[in-house]
Amino acid sequence: MSEAIIIAEQLTKAYGRAIAVDHLDLAIEQGEVFGLLGPNGAGKTTTILMLLGLTEPTSGRARVAGFDPLRQPLEVKRRVGYMPDQVGFYDNLSGLVNLRYTARLSGIPAGEIESRIDAALSRVGLAEVAAKAVKTYSRGMRQRLAIAEILMKQAQIAILDEPTGGLDPQATREFLELIRSLKHDGMTILLSSHLLDLVQSVCDRVALFNAGRLGLIGRVDDLLRDVLGGSHVLRLEATGHGLDDAIRAVPGVKRVSVEQDIVFRIETSDDLRPEIARAVVRAGGGLISIAAGHASLEEVYTRYFEGVRDAA
Amino acid sequence: MRREGSALSGVGTVLLKELADNLTSTRMRLLELLIFVTGAGAAYSTIGAVKDQISEYPFVFLLIFTTAHEPLPSFVGFLGFLIPIVAIALGFDAVNSEFNRRTMSRILAQPIYRDALLIGKFLAGLLTLAVVLSALWLLVLGLGILLLGLPPNTDEVLRGFAFLIAAIAYGGVWLALAMLFSVIFRSAATAALAGLAVWLLFAFFWEMLVPIVTMAVAPPDPYDPLSALRTIDVGMDISRISPNTLFSEATLAFLSPTTRALGPVLSSQVQGSIRGAPLPLADSLMMVWPQLTALLASVILLFVIAYVLFQRQEVRA
Repeated sequence: MSEAIIIAEQLTKAYGRAIAVDHLDLAIEQGEVFGLLGPNGAGKTTTILMLLGLTEPTSGRARVAGFDPLRQPLEVKRRVGYMPDQVGFYDNLSGLVNLRYTARLSGIPAGEIESRIDAALSRVGLAEVAAKAVKTYSRGMRQRLAIAEILMKQAQIAILDEPTGGLDPQATREFLELIRSLKHDGMTILLSSHLLDLVQSVCDRVALFNAGRLGLIGRVDDLLRDVLGGSHVLRLEATGHGLDDAIRAVPGVKRVSVEQDIVFRIETSDDLRPEIARAVVRAGGGLISIAAGHASLEEVYTRYFEGVRDAA
Repeated sequence: MRREGSALSGVGTVLLKELADNLTSTRMRLLELLIFVTGAGAAYSTIGAVKDQISEYPFVFLLIFTTAHEPLPSFVGFLGFLIPIVAIALGFDAVNSEFNRRTMSRILAQPIYRDALLIGKFLAGLLTLAVVLSALWLLVLGLGILLLGLPPNTDEVLRGFAFLIAAIAYGGVWLALAMLFSVIFRSAATAALAGLAVWLLFAFFWEMLVPIVTMAVAPPDPYDPLSALRTIDVGMDISRISPNTLFSEATLAFLSPTTRALGPVLSSQVQGSIRGAPLPLADSLMMVWPQLTALLASVILLFVIAYVLFQRQEVRA
């Protein structure tokens, strides 16, 4: 495989005594959709800013598209499209004029500006409203305008910080479609999020971030297997007293937790639905339903960060 | 550590965008209206009073700028007040508004350095100021030609032009100050108030403070007549901390050619001079060269402070 397009080596950023990013090592391959995952304040945005050369690392180095963001920020920024968390535009200007401004700033040849903007706007579905002031745009439209900006720049790499923050489900779905189509074009995408479903649905690989450190990194499937140990997750709905102890006594059950009053989440090494159903009935409980849930990244996330907190 | 690429790439783009914003904003329209109405009004009202002196005084056109016609102050007096307000209005939200609109990180993610943003914004403000002042200046000159019925002579035009340059430099000081506050304060309202507070200090309270401070620093010795001279000198130096003083002294030298000195003059020093004879422009210029240099230096100093603070600022909101 060729050299990774985004590399971070021992990247560290400290604000006074507080360490935002702690000796981060990261390598992202060309054409990959990579998710940075972690709670708010975990250092995701700081990492992104360091990759863009907008914040100076305290130590360590980064390389983006073959350039050093610290010494050659213009080369890096020419190749990277960035959509900040809660992206803003000049509200009194139209979407078109906003893009024209950034097009000139990014040094796109004057003859190509209009055609590139038109193509980008129609791709994200904003061609109709291009002449309207951005203040009339919805949140979702602004996010799409930001994507249009990245398309217009013909960036190799798109860095999206919390790209679906504040979007309604419909807008989120459309937005994810857009991200997939960027990936299809061969763009490398780095996105940060605390929304796990989103990351799981579009990312090839993810990195779990916590307190400036990289916890886990890998393909979503691998993480699921590694962290959850290939276990099955069952959802049980049943009424009765002392059911959790009864279930725990079933051989093969690893963990039992009560999610709501009568809803239990059970991790087992195998599909133990018949055994558990028997145990519930034997303990005098009323079995309502029992289903095999599918393991999600959320399980990984919860489990991982529980572990981290316990260790601390 | 060296960075690659020009710090100036993108300055032109930022400048044009900001200039367009400045010239089309409602805020600027209102200020232009204010400055044109008051400035032209003041000039117009003095022309009548000035008319009588056409035959006596060789610099009648300059009198339009300097003569106060009660109850209105002179045109120059008006500008001394209004230029800072216009400059503060142009600069107080230059940087913080980009943060508040959340456009800062998106703009800085384009292949430009921060330098381009700050320099572009400053130049756009200065250019706007220059356009407004030049237009006003031409308007007054035109009014003068129309109402006095004679054209200005070369010396008057040159002196008027020197005054225009001084006015723009004076505006530059306030613009740089306003931009400095826009870097320091995240809230635009706070930055505007801070700018206006400094303006208020220099426009109204400085004159009251100067004698008090002077008396404390360099009280005159009743047994030494020369110490009184020293007290006056110190007082003038303190007074010149204010850009308003620098501007009014520069104005005085350019627009009143008979001004021979800005400080106290001993009778021995004026021996042999012809009373009331005007100085050549070059000599007037020499007299206020320090004032002009000080104005320019203040612009540069304030801009550099703003620049350094801006470079060190975190991009994230």
